[in-house]
Amino acid sequence: MSAPTTPRSASPLRPRLLGRSVVNLVVGVSVLYTLLPVLWLVLASSKDRDALFSSDILSLGDFSFVQNLKDLFAMDGGLYARWYGNSLLYAVLGAAIGALVSIACGYAFDKYRFAHKEKLFGLVLAAVMVPQTVLALPLYLMASGTGLVNTFWAVFVPVLFNPFGVYLGRIFSQGYVPDEVLEAARMDGAGELAAYFRVSLRMLGPGLVTVFLFQLTTIWNNFLLPMVMLSDQDLYPVSLGLYTWNSAASVSPEYYPAVIMGSLLAVVPLVLAFALLQRFWRSGLTAGAVK
Amino acid sequence: MTSATPVSVPADVTARPAPKRPAAPPARATRASSRRRELGACGVLMTPFFALLVTVFLIPVGTAVYLSFFSDDQPGLGFGPERTVFAGLRNYTAVVTDPTFLGGLGVVALYCLIYIPLMVVGALALALLLDSGVVRLRGTAQLALFLPHAVPGIIAALIWLYLYTPGISPVIDVLAKADITVDFLGVHTVLPSIVNIALWSNLGYNMVVFYAALQAVPREVIEAAVVDGAGPVRTALQVKTPLVRPSILMVSMFTLIFALQLFTEPMLLSQSSQMISSRFSPSMYIYDAAFTRNNYGLAAAASVVLLLCTIVLSYGVTRWTNRASAEEATR
Repeated sequence: MSAPTTPRSASPLRPRLLGRSVVNLVVGVSVLYTLLPVLWLVLASSKDRDALFSSDILSLGDFSFVQNLKDLFAMDGGLYARWYGNSLLYAVLGAAIGALVSIACGYAFDKYRFAHKEKLFGLVLAAVMVPQTVLALPLYLMASGTGLVNTFWAVFVPVLFNPFGVYLGRIFSQGYVPDEVLEAARMDGAGELAAYFRVSLRMLGPGLVTVFLFQLTTIWNNFLLPMVMLSDQDLYPVSLGLYTWNSAASVSPEYYPAVIMGSLLAVVPLVLAFALLQRFWRSGLTAGAVK
Repeated sequence: MTSATPVSVPADVTARPAPKRPAAPPARATRASSRRRELGACGVLMTPFFALLVTVFLIPVGTAVYLSFFSDDQPGLGFGPERTVFAGLRNYTAVVTDPTFLGGLGVVALYCLIYIPLMVVGALALALLLDSGVVRLRGTAQLALFLPHAVPGIIAALIWLYLYTPGISPVIDVLAKADITVDFLGVHTVLPSIVNIALWSNLGYNMVVFYAALQAVPREVIEAAVVDGAGPVRTALQVKTPLVRPSILMVSMFTLIFALQLFTEPMLLSQSSQMISSRFSPSMYIYDAAFTRNNYGLAAAASVVLLLCTIVLSYGVTRWTNRASAEEATR
């Protein structure tokens, strides 16, 4: 697991061409490994139920992509569109608020001195490793105690909490906001908070986007918490909805095409987000990794 | 951003905030009041996060610990009102002597032993290959490898479940043509099948983490190694790899922490496989105890045991890698 340091006598005179082809072959096979299942999802989403089970996935004879799409949104009274909207709301709004909260806190950890700072930061880091399953039951009991169980808030509030975002925020603040800038803003007579919102936050922009993207992924993936909190199908996110449809599919196979098409559509927002915001998350990964 | 260009300030002035107006009050008062203002701003910036930390983290963890010492008693053959009574360590004894819980721990231990080395070595190897400079279409390859990270865990599990299902799966058909029959959800194959889902989902992500760290290795170091006659393989293993040790530690830690929480994939596969019971992993055991059996005390005790395992193992990994790097330094 640690650095493999077994000395291996690699002759520099070894034919370069062979090495090159082996390297490209290994990378190529890995790319096929990651791409083919997604490609299968795309192909399968254009098959009707019979073609799906008839196992010639590559034949384009029975192309029913549009029909599957219509069926998906008609299934169970248009429930899927509802789930999709819920997921977008949980994820986009939650990630936006969560990223702002985490970055502000990370910035304060970087720029201000106060008692027990490192102990508090240690607590934040410790929160990263506590399993979701440990928190699920107490959160459920708290939510049912306050009457919030089976509401939007029961899922929305816990996902705002992102301790790793605070860790990243502190690193970004060190890297992007020089202390001199803050001093200059103070010299100009700006209050502390005004300096943060007008000057520092703007410099933290790339970091903010990175934390947003990480949290967007986490919330979009969220499965356990909605399953614990929600019984009303109208509040489900896509992940939980597809899970219930998949369990229904073993009894009524007409759900299979809907699950496959629904899965394909559920992948789209994150792929788009990662493609559009590429340069941000790459810098974010570096910050998290090099420290 | 241009508005924030730092003006050149003499060093002795930057040491403390300057007074606002020319007619300055005594320096000590200014310092005290600016310190107060700083702390006030610090409080405003930190309060939202710490409010969340308390409500959705500290109180729940405290509640879990508290609940683990209590259990519900139903006097009078279950007809009387439920009473919550102090149970001492009874829940803990029940958990650690429950063969299904211990079985779940065993499953996760085996899962970690297969998954973590494969993941770390695989991602590092791919990153080193991509960093070697001989890969064609490097950017495209990276994006393709990263793509599964954008696929939600439950959907990754769904895709692979279908690829494991006879009748739907093209993989099984291809293997069948070569006269190979594999039951991907059989008693010995179900765990490797889950490892495969996790590996597929996270390999590219961790590869990008390693790749980013490798990019930060100073070029002079590598050039020096090449001048000293080290071939590409040796440069990768003996020069680059030790230099990205912090990333290796971080990836190992996160992989371990998430591996211990194993829940989503087996939960989904359990819909189609008899080999996955409802208490397959500790997380599934906790879920089953809390929400199927409604035994909150037992679920809480199992949660605390899982939490302790996580803490001990993470601490162990940190200590172990620190000692390894200390030995490296003294060599």
